[in-house]
Amino acid sequence: MNHSDADKALAVEPSMFSATNLNAHNRRLQWLFRALFGLMTLILVIPVGVILAVLIVRGGPAISIEFLFSHPSDGMTAGGIFPALIGTMWLVAVALIASVPVGVAAAVYLSEYAPDNWLTRGINLAIINLAGVPSIVHALFGVGAFVIFAGFGTSILAASLTLAVMTLPVVIVATRESLQAVPLAFREACWNMGATRWQTIRTVVLPNAISGILTGVILEVSRTAGETAPIMFTGAAFFFPFLPLSVFDQTMAMSMHLFVISTAVPGVPDELKYGTALTLITLVLLMNAISITFRSYLRGKKKW
Amino acid sequence: MLAEQAKPPASMDLDHRGRDWYTDKAIAFLVFVGGISAVIFIIGIFVFITKEGLGFISGPLDVREFFGSPAWRPTSLREPTYGVLALIAGTASVTGLAMVVSVPFSLGAAIFIGEFATGRLREVLKVLVELLAAIPSVVWGFIGLSIMNPLIIDLFNVPVGLGVLNSGIILGLMAAPIMTTIAEDALKAVPDTYREAAEAMGATKWQVIFKVVLPAAKNGLVAAVLLGVGRGFGETMAVLMASGHSINIPTSPFDSVRALTATIAAELGETATGSEHYQALFTLGILLFVVTFIINLTADLVVRGAKKK
Amino acid sequence: MVGEDLKLSVRDLSISYGDQLALSGVSLDVREHEIFGIIGPAGSGKTSFLRTLNRMEILQENMTVEGSIVFGGRDISEIKNVFALRRRIGVVFPLPVGLPLSVYDNVALAPRLSGIKEKGALDEIVERCLTRAALWDEVKDRLTALGSMLSGGQQQRLTIARALSQNPELLLLDEFSIAVDPVTTMRIEDVLKELKQEVTIILVTNLVQQARRLADRTAFFLSGELIEVGETEDLFSGKVEDQRTLDYLEGRFG
Repeated sequence: MNHSDADKALAVEPSMFSATNLNAHNRRLQWLFRALFGLMTLILVIPVGVILAVLIVRGGPAISIEFLFSHPSDGMTAGGIFPALIGTMWLVAVALIASVPVGVAAAVYLSEYAPDNWLTRGINLAIINLAGVPSIVHALFGVGAFVIFAGFGTSILAASLTLAVMTLPVVIVATRESLQAVPLAFREACWNMGATRWQTIRTVVLPNAISGILTGVILEVSRTAGETAPIMFTGAAFFFPFLPLSVFDQTMAMSMHLFVISTAVPGVPDELKYGTALTLITLVLLMNAISITFRSYLRGKKKW
Repeated sequence: MLAEQAKPPASMDLDHRGRDWYTDKAIAFLVFVGGISAVIFIIGIFVFITKEGLGFISGPLDVREFFGSPAWRPTSLREPTYGVLALIAGTASVTGLAMVVSVPFSLGAAIFIGEFATGRLREVLKVLVELLAAIPSVVWGFIGLSIMNPLIIDLFNVPVGLGVLNSGIILGLMAAPIMTTIAEDALKAVPDTYREAAEAMGATKWQVIFKVVLPAAKNGLVAAVLLGVGRGFGETMAVLMASGHSINIPTSPFDSVRALTATIAAELGETATGSEHYQALFTLGILLFVVTFIINLTADLVVRGAKKK
Repeated sequence: MVGEDLKLSVRDLSISYGDQLALSGVSLDVREHEIFGIIGPAGSGKTSFLRTLNRMEILQENMTVEGSIVFGGRDISEIKNVFALRRRIGVVFPLPVGLPLSVYDNVALAPRLSGIKEKGALDEIVERCLTRAALWDEVKDRLTALGSMLSGGQQQRLTIARALSQNPELLLLDEFSIAVDPVTTMRIEDVLKELKQEVTIILVTNLVQQARRLADRTAFFLSGELIEVGETEDLFSGKVEDQRTLDYLEGRFG
């Protein structure tokens, strides 16, 4: 630590710290600031609880086995959300199949192979930007690339691939972090024994990173399930009477369904809307909670 | 004797390339492809949206009208106009309000979590922030519609509760977690020796924070705000559902507005593929892509500049 | 007995990190079945020298090597399979490294990578190498324990067991006793003395007395140069070619 940096940081008038710690006035100020910032934090995190509470109160009554397992009826003003749930599962599954192998490969490259050059910097920049591109722009890309150019039409395939590209950064970042957490010494020991890079990775590095990868995957699932814009024009249907049978079918989806019944269908009872929102948010928050719990469980299980 | 081990001599032959040698090379190639996939996709996004929007850019686009006129009337029967000024104003007003509302709170929360809270409390708060970030945008939009809307109507006695205020607050809550997290990282990156040096000189905790830690974390905090702006700028569903439907330059927070993102989402479904309107929407997409690219690039450079210190 | 065949021949070796020269103009021979000691103060290039012997410089980004290294008759820059080279050379580092696998899998790793699959053969190798490394008695009932959770001294002996499991012709030890207690050090030194009959050993050490105890011949590195090589007995009885060697041996610097 360069002490001159600290000195520069403190290069101010000598009277700045003239009040001593024990001064009662300062002690009160201290408490005030702590309370102020604490209050700000509270205001930030309370909405989660409030929202959940409102959704549970107003939507809870709608939740039932029937609600979850039956189709919408009466022009979607009644009935259940079953096809939307199934649709979301399809979309998430295909998106995972498409994005996890690519994401893990990319993370392995960045962590184990990539030299420190402009290409690597470019890749990192591309990842940051992929994550920052607006979801509607991803939708436009999906339309241009998958629906039209690749000829998949509006389908689960096009929508899932659009979602996969959008959530790729999540998998890459989570995987890369867990790979980099494995100490270099382990790799060097293996290399010195004549193991190839791949042998080292599959014996020592990947097995210890799997749990981190899983955390990232669970996170990806929750993000994918909640996205609406990327699937609106690439495969999610306003209303689709049948359950999808192949990746080339269109489908309903939870996120799209919530959007539709709250903006495009007249006469939907409030309870139904809140119930749908509640189901979706529960799904997403549950996945996140699992991911978080898993992460802290892992932190306790040290292997070195 | 160590010498007698049943071992195929091939593995020790200095010139023999066995299966493991080729597997290693193959894997190296595969992961490289995976690695550049991110670059390929980013370039691909730009290529495809430009491809679909090119017709508009090279043809009917009048740059002065585009950026200078608030008249976005692509479906007008007489003469369609494509002025995005009102749309930009819509995005700017909503994002601006969101920042005004959430930046102080995000910063305050980052300071509290990073400098005041410890142990269990800190972990719980970080989890809560993470959960806040996890709420899907369509759910936020729904909240804007069903909870914030009647609330605003009652509280402020206005006829319609959808508009700048509604979506601004929602967007603020959506952007807050990422700002809090990045700001927290920036504060954590300030070495403890700075704090210890100040405390040794007799500074109280709040003096340490305001005079030492915050200035030192300046770059990271700027990056946090930039990323929050980027988030707000690019948000689609929540803004679509909570900001109303009229396209105009807002004069009051209760005015209804339309953001760039929401416009694309609202109108794309009604256009014919390849039509002028369709291409114009893709052009909006190009605009959005470029702006968020610049914001992200700037934030990254700012953070990189901070790390170099 | 120290043979006359050369295990290793190094000519005009130079090592650079970027544009920083770490080692220059090193030429020496290592004979079969000898313990070849390398002594010298920190930063004199001893560790860099070891790394080039099994071509580990390939895996480090800014490391360039010039000169020739002939191992068992072959110029190692011309071989087609660098992994085979590394398999024939065992390495022990200063810091003990127990891989996060079971003790059994730690020692079975190299044999498995070489193609040995039958449990019987692996069992035998594991027991033999752990015994040679003076670790068997302490772990024989906990072969499933994680190697990375053993004590420092045990991990260092585990590293030696791993090196032995490669059935190496050449064993490189880089200041192996730094993180290890004196008793374990003594045990390992006894192991090395036995191993000499089957394996050629290069021992880098900052403990001058350790070189005296173990090495047949010793080389003195200083500031990136090889100052001299001689019979250990000669060096320690003052028959040196360069005054600096004597100064170092008598503790006047370093």
